[in-house]
Amino acid sequence: MEWLETFWATYSTLVLSVGTNVLLALSIYLTLACGLLTVANAAFMGIGAYAAALLSLHGSLPFYLSLTLGALLPAMVAAMLGPPTLRLSGVYLAMATLAFGEIVRITLLNTENLTGGALGLNGIPQYTRWFDVFAIVVGALYVLVRFAGSRIGRTMIAIRQDEVATELMGHNVRAYKLYAFTLGAGLAGLAGGLNAHFTFFISPNEYGFDRGVEILAMGVLGGTGSPWGAVIGGILITLLPELLRSLGDYRPLLNGVILILIILYSPNGIWDLKRLIRSRHPVPVS
Amino acid sequence: MLILSSITKAFGGLQVLQNINLAIPEQRIFGLIGPNGAGKTTLFNITTGLLAPTSGNIEFFGHSLTGLAPHQIVRLGIARTFQNIRIFKDMSVIENVMVAMVRQARYSALRVLVPPALLGAQCVERSEARSLLARVGLAAKAGILAGSLSYGEQRRLEIARALATRPKFLLLDEPTAGMNGTEKHQLMEDILKMAESGLSLLIIEHDMRFIMGICQEIAVLNFGQLIAQGTPEAIRANPEVVEAYLGNESDGVIMFAK
Repeated sequence: MEWLETFWATYSTLVLSVGTNVLLALSIYLTLACGLLTVANAAFMGIGAYAAALLSLHGSLPFYLSLTLGALLPAMVAAMLGPPTLRLSGVYLAMATLAFGEIVRITLLNTENLTGGALGLNGIPQYTRWFDVFAIVVGALYVLVRFAGSRIGRTMIAIRQDEVATELMGHNVRAYKLYAFTLGAGLAGLAGGLNAHFTFFISPNEYGFDRGVEILAMGVLGGTGSPWGAVIGGILITLLPELLRSLGDYRPLLNGVILILIILYSPNGIWDLKRLIRSRHPVPVS
Repeated sequence: MLILSSITKAFGGLQVLQNINLAIPEQRIFGLIGPNGAGKTTLFNITTGLLAPTSGNIEFFGHSLTGLAPHQIVRLGIARTFQNIRIFKDMSVIENVMVAMVRQARYSALRVLVPPALLGAQCVERSEARSLLARVGLAAKAGILAGSLSYGEQRRLEIARALATRPKFLLLDEPTAGMNGTEKHQLMEDILKMAESGLSLLIIEHDMRFIMGICQEIAVLNFGQLIAQGTPEAIRANPEVVEAYLGNESDGVIMFAK
């Protein structure tokens, strides 16, 4: 067991990062699966991280309670932000959510009394243990896989393909989008809360544009056809920089090349590679 | 009974529909014809809630449809197909039908989390979807991707999908477009069978032989106005209708004079 201890001592942060990134990828999968290009997930993560961390620091609340509240707050914000913004689509929706993300970041920067401003929050108790992350990832994955395999998932795919037709099949498309957006925000907040409680320190810039794009990359890379795609994307985007560490300065270059190759050859994400291979050997579908 | 009372629609200064009054009885096949741009599809879009009328009211079995969202109108029992086919191309044929089964097996998001309950409900949906596909002759293609169907088959899939919402009224927007003679004939039989089973149909169509052959009553739109309504025989003999489609002699003279 000694090797395990050494491994954990070296890689615990990485393993926990994989977990929270998978949660973030799942959070963006929910909106991407409905055909919504939103990039507010980093901001929702930030709201969750700050809420949970502040509750732990000043409120001395039990960890699970502050974690729950850290997921509920961004979900509530999303439920209020959704109705006006989700009327937009495509790049316009991306712009609006991007702007919201900046508002959140700048607010965090300027409410120094509460958030510590640019200095961030220090000394967050390290409550997050591996099984917390594991249980939450497995739980979220179970729920989303169940959804995906049911009429809910089918309706989400239908919305992505043709909103008008889906509405005229009797589905409340606007409600579906709002649920997906809100649930995604909750998941992102949960990831933020978990992340804050093992990194010890958080600051507003962690939840800016770069993080938003990184989350989007996980979703797109893995593929939006299934929650499993998001899992693959989350794991890959976290591990790729580590695996390529030996390349030194060339690391970002190869990182980018890999992303481009995947998007070129499997535009629906890695998850779709399976379908790509399968379609060469047609199987009867019952 | 679908009653449109004084429906008017204007896009800016363009009057697309002017004071349309139309009562469409139950269990009938009702035709809606008119030259291109007459406002037929706009009337469909207003009826199904995609567009709001500038003024006027629609009543469906005593419910006012004013202000309802399209999905609510579908749930009251009005389903439609589209002039430009709008099937879900990347889904299998049977899934296309299953997406539309909103009235069947309505279970909550929480019940989805319980595996066995889910499986049971899916089987009921699947078998109903299969019988709907059989009704339009697509049972053998249930498993293939909808996008790989032929044009005529995609039109029939749209009808099966609309039927899956269990409508009282079915609105078909140019159902024979792109179909060959055999397919048209088959569709005619299918529509007659649907009407026999108690469904009311409202059909926009340019194929005169088709529409005269199956409709009990026909309304004619021209430049946003209802110019005639009656049996196929009466419509065929109506000079105003003939003029709307072919123009009158003086029009012809002007055209040649230019």
